Amino acid sequence: MLIRKPSDIRSSEITSETNYLNRRDFIRAGAIAGGSIISSGAIGAIVPDSRLAPLTNIAKSPLSTSEMLNSFEDISTYNNFYEFGLQKGDPVVNAENFKPRPWSIKVSGHAEKTGVIDFDDFMKPFDLEERIYRMRCVEAWSMVIPWVGISLADVVKHFQPTSKAQYVAFETLEDRERMPGQKGWSLDWPYREGLTIAEAINPLTILAVGLYGNAIPNQNGAPIRLVVPWKYGFKGIKSIVGIKFMSSQPQTSWNMANPSEYGFYANVNPEVDHPRWSQARERRIGGGIFDKKRKTLMFNGYGEQVAHLYKDLNLRRNF
Amino acid sequence: MNTLQQIRFIWKPVVFLVCLLPLLLIIGDAFGVTGSLGANQIEAILDRFGNWALRFIMIALMVTPLRRLTDWNWLSRFRRMLGLFTFFYAFMHFLTWLVLDQELRLSEILEDLIERPFITLGFIAMVLLTALAVTSFMAIRRRMGKRWQLLHNMTYVIGILGVWHYWWQVKKDITEPLIYAGILFVLLTARVIWYWNRRSLRAAA
Repeated sequence: MLIRKPSDIRSSEITSETNYLNRRDFIRAGAIAGGSIISSGAIGAIVPDSRLAPLTNIAKSPLSTSEMLNSFEDISTYNNFYEFGLQKGDPVVNAENFKPRPWSIKVSGHAEKTGVIDFDDFMKPFDLEERIYRMRCVEAWSMVIPWVGISLADVVKHFQPTSKAQYVAFETLEDRERMPGQKGWSLDWPYREGLTIAEAINPLTILAVGLYGNAIPNQNGAPIRLVVPWKYGFKGIKSIVGIKFMSSQPQTSWNMANPSEYGFYANVNPEVDHPRWSQARERRIGGGIFDKKRKTLMFNGYGEQVAHLYKDLNLRRNF
Repeated sequence: MNTLQQIRFIWKPVVFLVCLLPLLLIIGDAFGVTGSLGANQIEAILDRFGNWALRFIMIALMVTPLRRLTDWNWLSRFRRMLGLFTFFYAFMHFLTWLVLDQELRLSEILEDLIERPFITLGFIAMVLLTALAVTSFMAIRRRMGKRWQLLHNMTYVIGILGVWHYWWQVKKDITEPLIYAGILFVLLTARVIWYWNRRSLRAAA
């Protein structure tokens, strides 16, 4: 067992797992008590704009895993978010003063309802749910993360895409002053990602706005990010400002940067190696020096929910 | 004490201890005494040993150019130690990969060695470094005669392989490999220029 030095995060910001679990009981009790006064549906999802403020009215989900959670510290200090630096430890430092408000999201493309929507208004029609998901990075490490988010299927339905909408494209904020990593040459900004419409409306897919019951930290993609647990982590685009319904496959950042190594689908697949390293196993973060790697599961263990989406697709070619 | 004795009894032990500092820091961080290895400890250990191997080979390759520029001939007394520390950190990097990262799973290690070019490169560099380390003793050096220098010219090849290995391993951020490549380029170019000058001097005579 390693004894770790407290990092730059104030200890008051770190929720221990036991406190976190107690907190959930507390919230559940509160939700039952307050149920007669405020029903969660009537008020919708509220994301406070102060840093890491607690979220309320969070429903639990049967889609959550019961695996041991990674600590808040691991999840919020080991990040790939090139907009805030290229090293894993950079985002927690460089995103500290990032202000995810005011924030608006532009919804465009083949849909009945489109327009630029303020973040708070955007969230209103939807309910918050906790989703504890495995996250498998293309770099062969993984975590278990308690996200709080809204179902992307609900979001898609809300904007009423037309029959032409076959794909959903997402864009991250492009602002060199607020995201200093965009000054360097690493990726073609803004960061872009996309899903097929079937992937977007799969019950597993969420837009996350929270972590460990609080508003999501900047370095994890505040105020709103995509989480697609059966795909490699880079599909989970952060700090989203654009959602576009498209008739053709959108361009995606890592695929643009290196098409032979990163595909559009990027489904977790232990049988299709990255050209430079094996994807057969993964290192679960937080296990310490002598923790064994674990076998990577097809679709990151979510095959039951998503394998049918790809039954006619050659996954080796469409990696 | 004369200069040679000073080097042997004072400066060599001092340099030796300084060269051990990166190891002590890694151990200290692993136990949370001097700092921390972050969320992914094994990756951090692997990266740090690898980085120090690269730094040491650069430092070892700096000895000769520095000696020529400054006429500080005593510098060459430290070359063997620096070379052996390069070997030591590279070997720790290799062991970390073998034991902690790959958990000694032989079939997967072999597959990686064959199928992942950046691992193949690193492994070749490791084999060459081992050959240099075991032939670094004075007795063997004398026995090998002219072949010793020929073998130890492999240092240049190892430097190139090491930087290449690092370059191929990174996902996108090639800043650090680029810095090492730049340093290596200067160190090797200096040698090429000196070699040419010497040849043209000889030709003129």
